[in-house]
Amino acid sequence: MDRIPILTMGHFLLVTIQVDMHDQLALTLQDDLTNKITSTLAKGVLIDISSLEIVDSFIGRMLGNISSMARVLGAGSVVVGMQPAVAITLVELGLSLTGVYTALDVEKGMQLLRRQIDADFYHLTTDGNFVEI
Amino acid sequence: MATLLKSEKLEVSEEQHIVTVRQAVRRMSVEIKLSLVDQTKIITAASELARNLLIYGGGGEVVLELLREGVRQGVRVHFADEGPGIENIELALRDGYTSGGGMGLGLGGAKRLVNEFDLVSAPGKGTHITITRWK
Ligand SMILES: Nc1ncnc2c1ncn2[C@@H]1O[C@H](COP(=O)(O)OP(=O)(O)OP(=O)(O)O)[C@@H](O)[C@H]1O
Ligand SMILES: [Mg+2]
Repeated sequence: MDRIPILTMGHFLLVTIQVDMHDQLALTLQDDLTNKITSTLAKGVLIDISSLEIVDSFIGRMLGNISSMARVLGAGSVVVGMQPAVAITLVELGLSLTGVYTALDVEKGMQLLRRQIDADFYHLTTDGNFVEI
Repeated sequence: MATLLKSEKLEVSEEQHIVTVRQAVRRMSVEIKLSLVDQTKIITAASELARNLLIYGGGGEVVLELLREGVRQGVRVHFADEGPGIENIELALRDGYTSGGGMGLGLGGAKRLVNEFDLVSAPGKGTHITITRWK
């Protein structure tokens, strides 16, 4: 069965979706990512959808599920590179992607992931310093 | 009256066919040079309706048409299934209503994404939906 590859880069998992995904492929990716977060103790997941030409309710739901699952497993997540036409269409479709973090590109996505992780491990004290918790 | 320039019929009986429908709608949208946003809108609407046709209608037929009406061209897509039909159309179109495990966005969302949306359905009579996007 075909699947979308998941790359490991340090504490992060990277996924680039390059095909027009059929529904089962999206579900498999969701399961694979969940397993991989658990087995690698990854701290964050970055999903690059810059080659995706549409996001319908099914793929939208998958992105939402991945972000919830990552959160439950103690990992951050971010979806990067959504094409403007896709974003416009999503809004009109009525899909809000609540809880899904998005960034313009991979670099900004990585920054966001690092910040999500820092927020988990450090606590901002009243005098503006971070302490590890 | 619109003139039919081209048409294409697709069978939808398994999940992979939803992708086939999306790709066929893309081809026709590109052919009449719909803007990228309009292409994305009608492909997304078609994806939602093809999935509904498969999941709730038990599969069916999708017919794509390339039309000319005066100076404008358009892509029209018909979705026909002989499944259980929709009892309460108003309810089914409402955002958030689902009889399955979905988000209830497909039908209402698809309607918003196109210029023309026509839904004919009744219990025992199947569901027939037509969407059109004009350039
Ligand atoms: N072809 C069809 N035949 C029978 N019932 C249908 C058909 N299409 C839609 N429906 C009914 O209309 C409801 C709403 O459809 P809609 O696409 O808006 O939401 P959904 O498919 O349940 O969820 P989502 O599309 O957000 O994943 C469905 O739950 C189903 O009960
Ligand atoms: Mg639906």
